[in-house]
Amino acid sequence: MTELLSAPMNPAMAILVAGLIIAALPWHYARKAVMLISPFVALFFWLKMSAFGDYAPLTLDTLGMSLTTFRFDGLSRIWGLIFIIAAFLNALFALHDRDRLQDTMSVLYGGAAMAAVFAGDLITLFIFWEMTAFTSVFLIWRTGTAAARNAGLRYLVMHIGSGVLLLAGAVLLHAQTGSWAFDHIGLEAGLAGWLIFIGFGIKAAFPLLHSWLQDAYPKATITGAVVLSAFTTKMAIYALARGYAGTEILIYIGAIMALFPVFFAVIENDLRRVLSFSINNQLGFMVVGIGIGTSLGINGAAAHAFADVLFKGLLFMSMGAVLYRTGTTKASELGGLFRSMPITAFFCLIGAGSISAFPLMSAFVTKALILAAVADEGHWIIWLILVFASAGVLEHAGIKIPYFSFFAHDSGRRVKEAPWNMLLAMGIAAFLSVFIGVNHRWLYALLPYANDYEPYTLGHIVGQMQLLLAAIFAFALLMRIGWYPSEKRMTILDVDWFWRKPGKALAQWTYAIIARLWAHSKRGLLHTLSRLSSMMSEAFSPEGSFSRVIPTGALAGSAVALLTLALLGVYMAS
Amino acid sequence: MNALIVSNLTALLPAWVVMHAASLIVVTPLLSGPIALILSRGRLAWAWALVISVITFALSLVLYGQVLDHGSVVYAFGDWAPPLGITYNIDALNVLILLLVAGMGVLSLVNGLPSVLREIAPKDQAPFFAAFMLCLTGLMGVTITGDAFNVFVFLEISSISTYVLVAMGGTTDRRALTASFNYLILGTIGATFFVIGLGLLYMATGTLNMADITAHLHTHSEDRVVRAAFAFIVIGLGLKTAMFPLHTWLPSAYAYSPTIVGTFLASTATKVAFYAMVRFILGVFDPGSPFSGALLEIVLAPMAIAAMIICSVQALHQADLRKLLAYSSVAQLGYMLLGLSMGTAAGVSASLLHLFNHALMKGALFMGVGIFGLQYGIRQVQDLRGLGKTMPLTAAAFTISGLSLIGVPLTAGFVSKFYLITAALERGWWWAAAAILASSVLAIFYVGRMLEMMYLREAPKAKGRTKKAKTGNVPLLALVPLLILALANIWFFFDASLPKGLADAAATALLGGGAL
Repeated sequence: MTELLSAPMNPAMAILVAGLIIAALPWHYARKAVMLISPFVALFFWLKMSAFGDYAPLTLDTLGMSLTTFRFDGLSRIWGLIFIIAAFLNALFALHDRDRLQDTMSVLYGGAAMAAVFAGDLITLFIFWEMTAFTSVFLIWRTGTAAARNAGLRYLVMHIGSGVLLLAGAVLLHAQTGSWAFDHIGLEAGLAGWLIFIGFGIKAAFPLLHSWLQDAYPKATITGAVVLSAFTTKMAIYALARGYAGTEILIYIGAIMALFPVFFAVIENDLRRVLSFSINNQLGFMVVGIGIGTSLGINGAAAHAFADVLFKGLLFMSMGAVLYRTGTTKASELGGLFRSMPITAFFCLIGAGSISAFPLMSAFVTKALILAAVADEGHWIIWLILVFASAGVLEHAGIKIPYFSFFAHDSGRRVKEAPWNMLLAMGIAAFLSVFIGVNHRWLYALLPYANDYEPYTLGHIVGQMQLLLAAIFAFALLMRIGWYPSEKRMTILDVDWFWRKPGKALAQWTYAIIARLWAHSKRGLLHTLSRLSSMMSEAFSPEGSFSRVIPTGALAGSAVALLTLALLGVYMAS
Repeated sequence: MNALIVSNLTALLPAWVVMHAASLIVVTPLLSGPIALILSRGRLAWAWALVISVITFALSLVLYGQVLDHGSVVYAFGDWAPPLGITYNIDALNVLILLLVAGMGVLSLVNGLPSVLREIAPKDQAPFFAAFMLCLTGLMGVTITGDAFNVFVFLEISSISTYVLVAMGGTTDRRALTASFNYLILGTIGATFFVIGLGLLYMATGTLNMADITAHLHTHSEDRVVRAAFAFIVIGLGLKTAMFPLHTWLPSAYAYSPTIVGTFLASTATKVAFYAMVRFILGVFDPGSPFSGALLEIVLAPMAIAAMIICSVQALHQADLRKLLAYSSVAQLGYMLLGLSMGTAAGVSASLLHLFNHALMKGALFMGVGIFGLQYGIRQVQDLRGLGKTMPLTAAAFTISGLSLIGVPLTAGFVSKFYLITAALERGWWWAAAAILASSVLAIFYVGRMLEMMYLREAPKAKGRTKKAKTGNVPLLALVPLLILALANIWFFFDASLPKGLADAAATALLGGGAL
């Protein structure tokens, strides 16, 4: 027994086994108990890991390979921990849900993501990579609308494609190196490197590969969106950090990722969609950190991923609570909810503060690492883009989310405060966000590399406060002198009126052109697609030409034709 | 563990049975056919057929034990030495097929009783089982014999009984008659090509014993008659294997025949023809000869790829469940032909492994469709709505087999596709690997369509209520083989030593472990 307790155990196993148990348990309360307890078992496994190394080797005679199902090192340690915390918070947030399928799938999904992070070889990674796709899609489908079903299908296509690319790349890589190990891959590996890179890029929502995220997450169920926001993209960031650290192109990809969602988020009305854009934006920071590839950059990506799971989860939870009570997250239909949901509003503000990187809150101590890494390497343009994107974060996530839902003009909605379990989950996430901001040494000690960066320097605090206060001051000023049309039913564009006053016309023009181009190309694309699919069904459907009853004589003819071909081939061969 | 079971079984049986297992495995079902006819009562004939098929399976296990012990076994009828007499040769290659055919015979008979009782008129039931036994005889005979002309004879025994079996679906669906007729014409053309090829071969070598032919051919490879014989034999067998574009008889034959016939044929008939193809291309002819390589690359590989892509798309568009599965079978045969056309030991081994796994998954899927049909009369994809709730156990087994068909990890399908891709890359055929991946993605969609219906759509309501099938209504007989196959699909992911060991041994014996 003592040996069993001291043996290294994979924390992901605890969650995956719990998922299977939940699938089989017919009693609602028992399922919830397993959901809540399993993260603690996983945490116990995680805590008793004393040494880095490869554990739980699995030799698969069938495939003639030996797998490393549990690798515990600096990189997987911190990701494992945040996924364990996320699993617990998700379980707590979903405590009121009476939905066996969703419970099962969300637990298995979290377990798969965790197992992927602990995977030491590409095959194990592939298996759990695909498992996250197959399990998480139910969280979208469970909404039950036709839109959710279609979005889920599109989501599944993208993610299976990502896994297929990963497997193809892995096999090619094995052909080159003779090893299945999942270590640094790099684009130097040629085609194999690119295939895996794009496979990872799909899940990390690289620009042009990102559409599944804003498409699917806002259509997920209330708890589904919270669960989804934690795992898939952060798992992809982990995979990039492991396989492509220091790949220069990531710096530019990351910068674009951090920048472009800002423009989309400000004109979006659905607040959960705003948060989806904001995921993209935060991922951009992490991708830049990985692209820099120095120990500071990787540390920054890891720390920011850790903080992001907490504050993004918190924001999704608060919007989920609003959706649960009011039935909408449309900015134009909300407002004034702080009267009826004060505690949710408070936690939402903490989440907003955290994501905007206020001092004493989590992003302040994590984003700083990435910015410092960028500055150290002398990428000043990238640095400026990231600072601008940080301002954008404050605008769309820091102000827009809480302001439109809880303050602004009163929508007249008088609802109950969120259920206690949601409040508790939000409370824990909020506490941890502030805890990290204050005790940054605790987080820094968990990072993959030794870290002596000090975020609380005068210059940093002042610079950050200038950025933040300028924005808040401007916002307050507008409210004060009444330029801010707060009593009108407003559209989203109004709130960023201040931000873009000088370039408003230009921005609108650009947006209109882009929208038109997009609509046009989309129409063209859709047209081509529908032409293609009608051609396909004309050919292949049961009434189609390929399935028509062919006269037996013609069939005999085709046999003869093939025989002729074969005879010719055989005669010609020398 | 396998060896232990087999040696215990061998010890249990009388010595003469063990000694003559090779001939008994064909003679027993052959003689049992007429007896089934005499039994004249459906259930009685079924019980008889089941007993015989269990015996056949036991005999194939005995032969497996002999192959494990001796590598390969030659059984000469009446002790007449090879050039004069007929021999049965058992080695790793065909013992795998023997196990598969006999095993699937047992499972589909167990699974098929309720559907036979429903679909076949009472007076036809005994003849039906007689034809079934003859079909089994033919398939076992093709696989085991070492005599080239014998292959033709047994191929025709199995084919003719298959035409009858398919046509018996005519009582429930008249389209079975045209399907059977089509199959008869094309099957006969295939057999004719094959026998012409054999005639040419006999002309060139003066013998019909396979081992003897091989010995002669090494000195005759430049002979044009031999080349023509090769083309005739490959295309003739290609027709029986449903090689694209000669597959058109297959979807209707599988879809409109009685349920049990679809299940049995889908998992055995084309597999045996494919085996014969492997045996002739690599075993009888010299795989190193230039014309063999040319045919593999010019005809087999492109046709295999075309089948994998076109028939997968066609499966995607089918409304009829069994047609969907049948088109998918043609696509899966494409995988096997592709592995064969690589002409490397790795490719052939992967293709044999896929043959084995495909029989497991397709057998299970056809059984599942059969059970759905028994319960609700389901024939169409859209009728699967809500079955995940109303028939959870059958639906779960169906799902596992469907995932295996896609090649999802943790199922057997993944293993063989993985080896196929590795073999293609080893051969430098990256386009073949790409085609395998593309076809697998198509499989996700046509399987996904069925799963979506089962799990995400509401069951149709009758009088405002969902009709829930009681498990008691699903005949246990029908359910158990399905569950066995579904579990086998998982089992052979974790421990594929049996098929993989045999496939590797067979491929090494045929190609000497090296490339072309």
